[in-house]
Amino acid sequence: MEPIKTFSGKVVSLPINDIDTDQIIPARYLKVTDKAGLGAACFSDWRYEADGSPKADFPLNKPEHQGASILIGGHNFGCGSSREHAPWALVGAGFKAVISTYFADIFRNNALKNGLLPVVVDQETHRQLISLAEEDPTTTVTVDLASQTVILPDGRAVSFPIDGFSKHCLLNGVDQLGFLLGLGDKTAEYEADHPARVNTL
Amino acid sequence: MTPKTLFEKVWENHLVQPQTDDLPAVLYIDLHLVHEVTSPQAFTELRQRGLKVRRPDRTLATMDHSTPTTPRGLDGLIPVTDSQAAAQLDVMRKNCADFGIPLFDLGTTNQGIVHVIGPEQGLTQPGMTIVCGDSHTSTHGAFGALAFGIGTSEVGHVLASQTLLQNKPKTMAVTVNGRLENGVTAKDIILAIIAKIGVGGGTGYVFEYRGEAIRALSMEGRMTICNMSIEGGARAGMIAPDETTFEYIKGRPRAPQGEDWDRAVAYWRTLPSDEGAVYDHEIVLNANELVPMITYGTNPGMGMPITATVPDPERAEDASSRMALEKALRYMDLQPNQPLLGKPVNVVFIGSCTNSRIGDLREAAKMLRGRHVAEGVRVMVVPGSQNVKRQAEAEGLDKVFRDAGAEWREAGCSMCIAMNGDQLQPGEYAVSTSNRNFEGRQGKGGRTFLVSPLTAAATAIRGVVTDPREFMREMEYA
Repeated sequence: MEPIKTFSGKVVSLPINDIDTDQIIPARYLKVTDKAGLGAACFSDWRYEADGSPKADFPLNKPEHQGASILIGGHNFGCGSSREHAPWALVGAGFKAVISTYFADIFRNNALKNGLLPVVVDQETHRQLISLAEEDPTTTVTVDLASQTVILPDGRAVSFPIDGFSKHCLLNGVDQLGFLLGLGDKTAEYEADHPARVNTL
Repeated sequence: MTPKTLFEKVWENHLVQPQTDDLPAVLYIDLHLVHEVTSPQAFTELRQRGLKVRRPDRTLATMDHSTPTTPRGLDGLIPVTDSQAAAQLDVMRKNCADFGIPLFDLGTTNQGIVHVIGPEQGLTQPGMTIVCGDSHTSTHGAFGALAFGIGTSEVGHVLASQTLLQNKPKTMAVTVNGRLENGVTAKDIILAIIAKIGVGGGTGYVFEYRGEAIRALSMEGRMTICNMSIEGGARAGMIAPDETTFEYIKGRPRAPQGEDWDRAVAYWRTLPSDEGAVYDHEIVLNANELVPMITYGTNPGMGMPITATVPDPERAEDASSRMALEKALRYMDLQPNQPLLGKPVNVVFIGSCTNSRIGDLREAAKMLRGRHVAEGVRVMVVPGSQNVKRQAEAEGLDKVFRDAGAEWREAGCSMCIAMNGDQLQPGEYAVSTSNRNFEGRQGKGGRTFLVSPLTAAATAIRGVVTDPREFMREMEYA
């Protein structure tokens, strides 16, 4: 994975609570065997009319929000299904970070493995960001992973939490599977001490 | 020794490496269940890196999500007419063949929904760690296993290393005291819990369900409860193993036999939480106060007693809850303060990893026996596995359903996920025994009311949302 350090981008807001992964990418798009190409289907049912034409009033379709790379979502973003297709679709749609007050567990884990930063901010900052995005669509914020801060247009830096290991992996492009495979001997020791109780073969 | 919870015992017994300030724990995985939708990209990763599956003997694949549930053709096979789904199933076959993973292929003896087949085979056992690229993996926690859903990257991690990096979750005791009234079921308990805590209320926690009402449940009822833990935000839910658990597992194809059985049971008896074990949080419900539940909105937390009326956004706690409720009611085309009893529905769906086991089908069949579904209502009964299907047919349940005018289908996820041909049409209302009422979950534009199998069967007969207790009284149903 490419290391992530700092990036700036235009924001677009979708201030709806409990956005589930079925909305981010509906199940009928899950019959693929590849990660690529899901961007066009991101938020499909909210984004398109029945005839496939874009809904003019959906924030992601508005001309002024084109090119936005930071999504401001409502509380408990990414709840529901464990489908990693959700972060694949968001990344495919050009997003590098989602800012919310709260993320569902599995979504957050999946996002971190795909270089999509789940950024948790306090309610006041969240409200401010939503207003900024709606008032001025050119609003740009900077996300700096090393200092764990979001830098708002007024220069205010707001810190966000991230676990140390995920941060280390993102900053250095560390491959988590490589790390686990490196523990192969310890895993073998564990297996020797804990004989299997089931055999599927 | 410090008293420990069930979760802590299972967690500690699977640490390849404990958590530190810099590193999450490395957790060993005993059983990895795999299905066609969330695994292809993980196998691609293994191929690109030249890796093998570390423990194919601890891995089992099935086909369930994108599989049709339409009747078999004259050749005895289930036809797959969707070319994209067919291609995905072929990829699953090739991946399992290339990596040596056993596969329950479409329509074969043991195929079924991934969370039905594990327990059915006796593979799901107390004290194990179980993962699958599917959020309803929490189902297996009913046996006292630590079981949770993972993403596709993590599916790759487990395939290649049999381990996962995990931060230790917190624990929440969910205590359900008292006894259920006739007509109120495990599904109603879990819908009531989620209505109480909300869809994000359990985020970061592992639930342990306990109390008299939980102890009184069958394994199938316990699975229904643990299944929907994720709908309350908790990745896992667990129930301490007891005699009911052992009785269910004993004699199943993959269960321990002979002396192994005795050793296993002796170990399983050490797993329940110790007296005085401390949880990070506790919530308490009284089963005596519960009635059949139904959802009215677009997430499983938007649930209420079936006798209640749709909440009024004007009375919401804050602006964002009001907006969420208004949006949900708009999608559902419901009015504030409207009752749902008597609301006409188009479809009744009985199935899914929540409620497609033999006990669920028996409950529904008891109510439908000798009756007919309402005119104009499509009723689909979809068994959770080929084994459940055969068992139901041996008991004549298929005939009960067919005689009542319901469809009796092949095993699979069916209309719970609407990616296999089984789906609602835009604007249609379904009463469903599945687990999610998200917008479009059962078909684009479709509207879902989540209920128990009993409520679904009662609604099928009347064609409008119906309190199953009406029939209970009528039938002196025990």
